[in-house]
Amino acid sequence: MKKFKTILPHPLLSIALVFVWLLLNNTTSTGHMILGMILAILIPWFTSAFWPEEVCMKHPLLFLKFVGIVLYDILIANITVSKLILGPNKNLKPAFFDLPLDIKHPLGISLLASTISLTPGTVSCDLSEDKTNLVIHGLSIEDIDQAINEIKTRYEKPLMEVFKPC
Amino acid sequence: MFEIIIALLVANGAFFTLVGSIGLVKLPDFFTRLHGPTKATTLGVGSILVASSSFFFVAKDEISLHEVLITLFLFITAPISAHLMAKAAIHLKQNESTTQAKSYEK
Repeated sequence: MKKFKTILPHPLLSIALVFVWLLLNNTTSTGHMILGMILAILIPWFTSAFWPEEVCMKHPLLFLKFVGIVLYDILIANITVSKLILGPNKNLKPAFFDLPLDIKHPLGISLLASTISLTPGTVSCDLSEDKTNLVIHGLSIEDIDQAINEIKTRYEKPLMEVFKPC
Repeated sequence: MFEIIIALLVANGAFFTLVGSIGLVKLPDFFTRLHGPTKATTLGVGSILVASSSFFFVAKDEISLHEVLITLFLFITAPISAHLMAKAAIHLKQNESTTQAKSYEK
């Protein structure tokens, strides 16, 4: 098992690299598969110093469901925000608010922050030093508590399930 | 038939990209302006990429998967640039509506 870890320090990263390589070349030919696998072994080696912690993903299906929810939210939020942008400025209620984080995993936190920025209407601005608070700017926030609640139940909960410390 | 769908997708993408740019010009202060580009990169570029992918699939009879990668890279990089700009703005206190961000000045 230890030997396996030295050859493949990050199995998930290696799998992702093979896929990205095949997508880049737009083929499934044997030559590119072998080249992709060589790269998938070499790149995690050279970059392992940047990835001190192990990443293990539990419930991949839940993660797919999460991606689906996010894509759907992006679609809906885009339409509402387009209306806000095209409408008069005085209808906007821009506000900063703090999101207390329950999720501890670093990759989970960065995914949550990215999700918040990707869904239109909210941008994550700053993470507190102790990684327990995320400062978010909302374009038009009616009710801060409701916005926090929505983010926590819709995005943070599934991410906490998927990225548990190994 | 497929041409109509692809044309609609492209028009839709162009529309949302335009709205994002309008937001960048029109919104009142730096932090609200940040919301413009996040829109353009998600739904705007997203639907243009879907159109491109389906065009190659239908018209040229080949599967083009580069669009998947473009989407992936965009979705990874767009929030990071937005985050960095917002963070820099908070720390430089270069916000026009100073009262709002005052509580987060460090």
